[in-house]
Amino acid sequence: MMELVCPAGTPAALRAAVEAGAHAVYCGFADETNARNFPGLNFTPEDMAEAVTFAHARGAKVLVAINTFPRAGAEPLWHRALANAEAAGADAVILADIGLLAHAADRHPALRRHLSVQAAAANPDAINLYASAFGVRRVVLPRVLTVQEIAAINREIDVETEVFVFGGLCVMAEGRCSLSSYATGKSPNMNGVCSPASHVAYAEEGRDLAARLGGFTIHRTPKGAPAPYPTLCKGCFTSDGQTGHIFEDPVSLDATQLIPELAKAGVSALKIEGRQRSRAYVAQVVRAFRAAVEAQAAGRPMPETMLARLTEGQKATTGAYAKTWR
Amino acid sequence: MDLTVGPNFFFWEAETIRAFYRDLAASPVARVSLGELVCSKRLPFWRDEIPAAVEALQTAGKEVALTSLALVTLKRERKLTADLMDLDLPVEVNDLSALIHIPEGQAFWVGPLVNVYNEGTLRWLIRRGARRICLPPELTLDSVAVLAQAGRDEGVPVEVWGHGRLPLAISARCYHARLHDRAKDSCQFVCGEDPDGRDVGTLDGQRFLTVNGVQTLSQSTASMALKVEDLQGAGVSALRLSPQSRDFAAICGAYADRLSGKISGADLAAMLRPMVPGGTLSDGFLSGPAGAAWSGEGTAAPR
Repeated sequence: MMELVCPAGTPAALRAAVEAGAHAVYCGFADETNARNFPGLNFTPEDMAEAVTFAHARGAKVLVAINTFPRAGAEPLWHRALANAEAAGADAVILADIGLLAHAADRHPALRRHLSVQAAAANPDAINLYASAFGVRRVVLPRVLTVQEIAAINREIDVETEVFVFGGLCVMAEGRCSLSSYATGKSPNMNGVCSPASHVAYAEEGRDLAARLGGFTIHRTPKGAPAPYPTLCKGCFTSDGQTGHIFEDPVSLDATQLIPELAKAGVSALKIEGRQRSRAYVAQVVRAFRAAVEAQAAGRPMPETMLARLTEGQKATTGAYAKTWR
Repeated sequence: MDLTVGPNFFFWEAETIRAFYRDLAASPVARVSLGELVCSKRLPFWRDEIPAAVEALQTAGKEVALTSLALVTLKRERKLTADLMDLDLPVEVNDLSALIHIPEGQAFWVGPLVNVYNEGTLRWLIRRGARRICLPPELTLDSVAVLAQAGRDEGVPVEVWGHGRLPLAISARCYHARLHDRAKDSCQFVCGEDPDGRDVGTLDGQRFLTVNGVQTLSQSTASMALKVEDLQGAGVSALRLSPQSRDFAAICGAYADRLSGKISGADLAAMLRPMVPGGTLSDGFLSGPAGAAWSGEGTAAPR
């Protein structure tokens, strides 16, 4: 069966994910070492050890994301996170930075290393480089590839691949985007945040609600209409008289129906985005995807997705997996 | 401190490119990285200009490197990357996968699109053969200082983004094609209509971003005009100037005058403002609070 890798922003969400059928849960420490460094989220080293005990007792794995790029002069914070993950009994760490991968391979050789989507390894050459230089065993593929390209990659590499199937959707190569820090000073790579709430301001202006990020207007919606969160790349902008969602509509990813094709393409694990989501959301999504991977393993058709209402009324897309998206 | 000119991001006519590098050969820059960085579909239209440009630049005494693509996904793009090794020039790695083609210990440059955020990464790249490293534009001055020192300790010069619209993101999707309701495969090369990219503003008319095919740039032109002393103090060895369609030779000259002390930072900024596309400057990644900010008079920040 394909491995289902599920998000946990809190110990409660981790328990919910495991009880709902997650084969593996990914989570991070409550500091800038992880790419979902949001207030009120994430794990202390003690939480992590307890989470591993809980998950292992139920046959599930815990993958610790240490996937920001260590700040110059502050690498010991990231090195401690690695040591804490190993001490907690984590099944793997998810890393993006070359220097941190080198340190992990050198100092924690027995700790399994996965390559984060933030490393943007988008072709077999990059993946084989990370595998040979740092002993990476699994790669989370960037969301820039079609299913066909994923199949071609799997034919040329010896490590496992993991792909995103549900949740938020980056339209840029991840780990290579500084749009957020251009507008706010805070970035995924350096601070583990994108379009942070601390820099969002709403203003009622005439009949509109304007949503701004770092002072830049991301969208305007009529008062009373649902207003999506002002994520920079999903904003409504103008160019030479044209107005629209120039980068991407406010959509989210749902690749449920592609699971059989992804299995045929040689993908080992399916990842659900959403460490910032509630325990109830995580439980619902995990249950639905566990049913889907079981159906795939049994050769049954994919269940009709029940998840539309979980995407906050947003449209769903299969994103870059379909070539026409480009 | 000296000057490096980075690869041209935009899709220009072959004749334009020929004239650009001919002029650049006469300008006071120490080295040039050139080649197609953004989109492999463009390369056949100007590939034949590369040997002549390299020769003109080398004859003028400049160091030359060939850049890799920024995002390599297709088979043909992997082949193009492998073929870079045939030209007996250092490769500027802007996608890490290029390293698989470079034998251990063979010298290469590292471009600003490789994530070098800390000393561990910098040292690993140097052990692997990096002989020049241009840092990502997103870094703060504190980080730049630590990394420039680490480079000095290893004898490898560290350079920073000096001038040009900032490369903020790269995608599989072509935004130029999308703006014309086309898919990437049937783009008809519409990016060629915008020699400095196509500007994207907010619904309130704020200047914000610029799209260039699969690449998203800042609309402001980042400039280290006011930061030269800070960067010299930090141990940075070169400024990278990124090509724009107009007045580029004059811009190179103006930065050279700034480095030699002939003009002040304020003088340089005043000279640049009418020359850069859109007329706004930024230097906020270095000193905050956000990349779009400008530390001098006037502001690039949204109002």
